[in-house]
Amino acid sequence: MKRVQFSSPLLPYLFLAPQLAVIVIFFYWPSVRAIQSSFYLEDPFGFGSTFVGFDNYIGTLRNPEYLAIARFTAIFTALVTFFSLALGLLLAVKADAVIRGNAAYKTLLISVYAIAPPVAGLIGMMFFDQHIGPFVKIAAFFGWEMKVGLSYFDTAFAMITVAVWKQIPYNFIFFLSGLQGLPASVREAAAIDCRSGIKRFWTVIFPLLAPTAFFLLIINVTYALFDTFGVIDVMVKDKAANNPITLVYKVYMDGFRGNDIGGSSAQSVILMLVVFVLTVLQFRFIERRIHYT
Amino acid sequence: MYRTRILDHLVLVLGALFLTLPVVVALMTSTHEAATIHSKGLMLSPGGHFVETYETVLTRQGGFTGQVTGARMMMNSFILGIGFALGKITLSMLAAYAIVYFRFRFATLAFWVIFTTLLLPLEVRIMPSYEVMSGLGLINTYTGLIVPLLASATGTFYFRQFFKSVPEELLEAARIDGAGPFKFFIDVLVPLSKTMAAAIFIIMFVYGWNQYLWPMLMTTDERFFTLMRGIKQILQVWIGSQIPDYNEAFALAVLAMLPPVLIVVVFQSWFIKGLTESDK
Amino acid sequence: MATIEIDKVSKIYHGGVPAVSEVDIAIDDGEFIVLVGPSGCGKSTLLRMVAGLETISSGTVRIGGRVVNDVEPADRDIAMVFQNYALYPHMTVRENLAYGLKNRRTPKPEIETRVAEAARMLELGPYLDRKPRALSGGQRQRVAMGRAIVRQPSAFLFDEPLSNLDAKLRVSMRGEIKRLQRRVGTTSLYVTHDQLEAMTLADRLVVLNGGRIEQVGRPLDVYHAPASTFVASFIGSPAMNLVQGELHGSRLAIGPALIDLGQAVPTQGPVTVGFRAEDLQVAAIATSGNASIGEGILPLRVDYVEELGSQRLVHGVVGDQAVTVALSSDAPLSGEMPVAIAIGRLHFFDAGTGRRLAWSGSEPHRTATAAGRLENVR
Repeated sequence: MKRVQFSSPLLPYLFLAPQLAVIVIFFYWPSVRAIQSSFYLEDPFGFGSTFVGFDNYIGTLRNPEYLAIARFTAIFTALVTFFSLALGLLLAVKADAVIRGNAAYKTLLISVYAIAPPVAGLIGMMFFDQHIGPFVKIAAFFGWEMKVGLSYFDTAFAMITVAVWKQIPYNFIFFLSGLQGLPASVREAAAIDCRSGIKRFWTVIFPLLAPTAFFLLIINVTYALFDTFGVIDVMVKDKAANNPITLVYKVYMDGFRGNDIGGSSAQSVILMLVVFVLTVLQFRFIERRIHYT
Repeated sequence: MYRTRILDHLVLVLGALFLTLPVVVALMTSTHEAATIHSKGLMLSPGGHFVETYETVLTRQGGFTGQVTGARMMMNSFILGIGFALGKITLSMLAAYAIVYFRFRFATLAFWVIFTTLLLPLEVRIMPSYEVMSGLGLINTYTGLIVPLLASATGTFYFRQFFKSVPEELLEAARIDGAGPFKFFIDVLVPLSKTMAAAIFIIMFVYGWNQYLWPMLMTTDERFFTLMRGIKQILQVWIGSQIPDYNEAFALAVLAMLPPVLIVVVFQSWFIKGLTESDK
Repeated sequence: MATIEIDKVSKIYHGGVPAVSEVDIAIDDGEFIVLVGPSGCGKSTLLRMVAGLETISSGTVRIGGRVVNDVEPADRDIAMVFQNYALYPHMTVRENLAYGLKNRRTPKPEIETRVAEAARMLELGPYLDRKPRALSGGQRQRVAMGRAIVRQPSAFLFDEPLSNLDAKLRVSMRGEIKRLQRRVGTTSLYVTHDQLEAMTLADRLVVLNGGRIEQVGRPLDVYHAPASTFVASFIGSPAMNLVQGELHGSRLAIGPALIDLGQAVPTQGPVTVGFRAEDLQVAAIATSGNASIGEGILPLRVDYVEELGSQRLVHGVVGDQAVTVALSSDAPLSGEMPVAIAIGRLHFFDAGTGRRLAWSGSEPHRTATAAGRLENVR
């Protein structure tokens, strides 16, 4: 790391000890347990468990309900990621372009960043409420009888809207700081070489933003997969039966409500693999970027 | 060249409205009576019941055991947010210092042990984590609420990046000036990290405050409920009631989002710096 | 005050090629030694080994007669000035100056006197309570100097301390460093890649290339008698002209030109010939080829001219080899111009190894006294 380092037989371990202790107890131990119990069938009444090999995995992957949820998760993730990235980028580009009111826009646009997913879900519930929700009224005006919580499609629509709403500020912050980090000379050169602002954006600015965009892509996929738990939990109000849920929510439901520990663990491990792939992609990418700059 | 300015402003105004209007509406609506809301819908102007609603939400004994008030939940949220942020900064600063500034045998191993935690979010390993916690008897304790959340590498990553950006010559100058590992840490590195630590504090406070799933599992005793946990509670009471307490729900939502939103808005520049400069 | 002896010191990074190999330098008490060379020549590594910031792979370093190979940097009684100054950004100037003394448990009144003394010497008085960020580049540079001075060490180590300053400030700080070093009389080891800085500051120069010493000597000795083509091209601006020539008997052929050396020639066959731009003159006679005794004529085809004000640099070719001539600014110019060189000002280098070839026709320069010291090369 550094050219010059301290060398001491004990000190580095002393400094690392608290962090390592917490990680081993609260990260590695549970993670190993998850992998372990994914190979066992646990008696729901607590009378021991039997080794079943890959049965839990096979059972999970053959379960049509699980597959339906996986399909919804994919669609949900794609839509949430696309819309929150696109809107975040659009707003960042515009905020970067205007001079007057720049600071005010910035403050307003990032202000909702810190709202927790369940709170976002709660506010979303109100806006999509059968009695008082303005969105329901607007939809009714166009002849769409919106029944969030009852209709699968309507609930999914509301969930996606809320999830996108909550994530836009995050993308906005990163895109804006990416834009402001671009050297002014490059933009000036582009302005001389290309008359059309839109063409200039797609041929010069966007390629330069690509590293930021890729980083955000991974972060947003992770967000849609995991961090939306609070949104979903509030919006489906524990009545997951007819409502769309994502894979993480299914892990929680099967583990805590259904007491299917083995199945839930197998699902956990499957999700771990998904996150693993995402993180490897991200690391490889960050490494490459460091190489270039 | 700047002919499209009006359009730019239009997009920005619409975006700002889309993002902030729900928050404003939540605040306004919370100051009206439940019956008014039920008949007239969401509100854009303040009503006259601000004090009553918030007083009720903050002080009324709620829940099944009647032991929890909004104020209590808010305090718990603060304990979680601040405790988590401080713990995170302490642990990760020490660990990052060891990794960046020391030459030792298991440095690479330690690095990977810590950074593997980025691979698995809490949501994925929630079941076994719960089992481990109940095995350790940490359910319904502040320790159980805060410490397990510290088991991730984000903070360490931030500080590692920051320490690596500190000019090498500073350590060399300090060594020639006769500073050992402790002195260098206390006299040079900690003061230098102040801004960075403040930025991380804000990010981590928000993260801790906003925890939902973990407190939901770790606390069955209502005395340990946080505001996020309270939201779940409100929704459960809601189901089946004739005129739901919209105003109280909104008031609770406002209380739950106010501190993090204020912190982010007030310390905007620090927060953005911390967030974007360390690339997670 | 102390001597520094660098004895067969090498640095080898894990399994790689040596960054510094078998370097010997003996520095007298109070002497100002400049290590100069292109980037990557090992000069900073060598300095950092003396400071204790880099381990020594083999050889020994003695400061004041004491072997310091395994001594902590803080205990070597040295002070260092860094290229980026390495001031502690969160401390005021005063705290920056005092930090090293405090760590040595110097009594408080003593610290105050020394800081005040250094501040006076460097004219930092008004800035003592400012943070480094509120200072200009030159002021930061002074604080870095001050931090070294307050320590009253046996030796100063400078690692390219002026390269972050703009050209004008660099010249004035250069003078200041020299003045201060004379005044406090502390043994100094100074690293730079700027040959002009090296020439002006050094009591003795050490020219490094590829981790090895090319030449050690007083600045003018090195300038007038470079030990190799590398030194010849590195020291002096414009760089010494180096052209390929061939010796047959007493005649030297450079492209189309033939020069009669008349005396004992250094070698036979191909040779690298060096001559300084300022040693060339416009040939007195219009008809080229008829050189006066002890002079050679080179037919120069001019490419372009750089006007420097006090002189003009004429760039051209002799045959197909580039040659630069420094002329006074009123010298006549033409596209094809013969230039003359005094034979005694020619330098010869081995065409293969690039080492200097001694020859008896060489004109002794004004300051070259002890010939033995000139060839202080390993």
